[in-house]
Amino acid sequence: MLIKGGNANATVTQVLKDVYALKKPYSVLYKKKNITRPFEDQTSLEFFSKKSDCSLFMFGSHNKKRPNNLVIGRMYDYHVLDMIELGIENFVSLKDIKNSKCPEGTKPMLIFAGDDFDVTEDYRRLKSLLIDFFRGPTVSNIRLAGLEYVLHFTALNGKIYFRSYKLLLKKSGCRTPRIELEEMGPSLDLVLRRTHLASDDLYKLSMKMPKALKPKKKKNISHDTFGTTYGRIHMQKQDLSKLQTRKMKGLKKRPAERITEDQEKKSKRIKKN
Amino acid sequence: MEGQSVEELLAKAEQGEAEKLQRITVLKELELEFDLGNLLASDRNPPTGLRCAGPTPEAELRALARDNTQLLINQLWQLPTERVEEAIVARLPEPTTRLPREKPLPRPRPLTRWQQFARLKGIRSKKKTNLVWDEVSGQWRRRWGYQRARDDTKEWLIEVPGNADPLEDQFAKRIQAKKERVAKNELNRLRNLARAHKMQLPSGAGLHPTGHQSKEELGRAMQVAKVSTASVGRFQERLPKEKAPRGSGKKRKFQPLFGDFAAEKKNQLELLRIMNSKKPQLDVTRATNKQMREEDQEEAAKRRKMSQKGKRKGGRQGLGGKRKGGPPSQGGKRKGGLGGKMNTGPPGFGGKRKGGQRPGGKRRK
Repeated sequence: MLIKGGNANATVTQVLKDVYALKKPYSVLYKKKNITRPFEDQTSLEFFSKKSDCSLFMFGSHNKKRPNNLVIGRMYDYHVLDMIELGIENFVSLKDIKNSKCPEGTKPMLIFAGDDFDVTEDYRRLKSLLIDFFRGPTVSNIRLAGLEYVLHFTALNGKIYFRSYKLLLKKSGCRTPRIELEEMGPSLDLVLRRTHLASDDLYKLSMKMPKALKPKKKKNISHDTFGTTYGRIHMQKQDLSKLQTRKMKGLKKRPAERITEDQEKKSKRIKKN
Repeated sequence: MEGQSVEELLAKAEQGEAEKLQRITVLKELELEFDLGNLLASDRNPPTGLRCAGPTPEAELRALARDNTQLLINQLWQLPTERVEEAIVARLPEPTTRLPREKPLPRPRPLTRWQQFARLKGIRSKKKTNLVWDEVSGQWRRRWGYQRARDDTKEWLIEVPGNADPLEDQFAKRIQAKKERVAKNELNRLRNLARAHKMQLPSGAGLHPTGHQSKEELGRAMQVAKVSTASVGRFQERLPKEKAPRGSGKKRKFQPLFGDFAAEKKNQLELLRIMNSKKPQLDVTRATNKQMREEDQEEAAKRRKMSQKGKRKGGRQGLGGKRKGGPPSQGGKRKGGLGGKMNTGPPGFGGKRKGGQRPGGKRRK
């Protein structure tokens, strides 16, 4: 769901249009301007999401204090879960780069570079939000020749560089091709501004997986830190006297020994009685 | 000599391989983390090369992107592939990144009548074989479906049982019985569905003919039968002495367009007066009804929650809560009901009584 704010300028509008082009047909771009402030009042966003049945949204606006503002967010059960405000610093649009584009509806490859994406909670949520936003529908098979474009996010010096490249597969000697990249799509330099992250319990609730999808634990199998797999076997109690061992002819009981054993047992019994 | 040339050949081959691999290998300090189900790669290496690049790190960004993409493609090419209609397709694994859901988890459906009964009795379903031996055709056939083992629809001879009417059509009887079974099954399925979604089915409660039905019940059944035609009962004739049914007229009555001029004038002046007045008029009937409805809904929601909690924890606490909730709400309802009912009559009067008279002295807080 791509929404324009009351005071969206040309840059922001172009960004929304480009994202719409990238994410067709799974996105809807609202043409009219909506005078709302996502960080203050979320009811209109929730209303829109209910009507269009979209849970991801992007809201663009522009004012003096926050120029070229983009709020990207997601919903859970039609209520706002996370919202992150990003400022656009540098923007090169799809139509400014004169290259051939890939067909719409292709599933992009996503690459996140930079250790910042795992250090701060904000960046981690941002990464999860961007994955959610830009990955296409979940598929089980993918045509290898159909991997056409890649979105590359780099976190560096407090900025996030978003670049999209078209993939060219060149021949290398072996089966895996060599990659050459060609800049294709929108490229944005983003700065993290405000965030509105969901509380921990709401986030936990939204991450709940139904029982059917949880990976089934195999019982009685455990793994070592070194990679050894251990298994447990449960046995019933064994009567060790009746244990079948290898028969060594030399250790066989001679008849004389057996008679003496019987006599000892008898004497024991008499003593007890 | 030969040994040397063999060694040379091997060395050359190795060199060739290394060159080929060089084209696709990328050196990284830390391995990337891959989530192939989402076509995702995360590079944890700190971007040192980029830091010294300056304000426009385009070329460095592109080089970094190329390296990372190469690694991701290497991983993807390792996946098992199949051939689907002239295209090579790789089987992707399940995505490993956990992302929050869009909608909440679906509630577990209530058990159907059969499932409840089976649970009660401890009946478990037996595993049945797919194929059954059919004597007639001398082969293994399905248990049900197309070309099944014991298909009684294809019989060309049915014996008339001793107690049956000799002129009855046994084949038609079989077909009829099958239709009835299918209809019954469908009805039960829809009932289970309605129970799961808590919807109301149109009930045929008093409409099946038993021997002992009262006059009112019969009357009601007759009314329903009359209305269940394609024209919703408009062209159904009445018996000579039958009276028209009560309460089946139009639900809204509109005044004729012109007729009673005095009444029309009065109504229009009243409307203008209400529109001009600064203070909003309070229709006490509607207000009390609204209040009652809200409280009923709250009670129902609370009861539902208590019953859920009660089911989880064990019924006692929930029941105790319910019992406590009972009497005050009933008392409240009664009061509100009286207050509301006192105002029926011409609704305009209720609206007019603003501040002066308080109906019955019982007001909702």
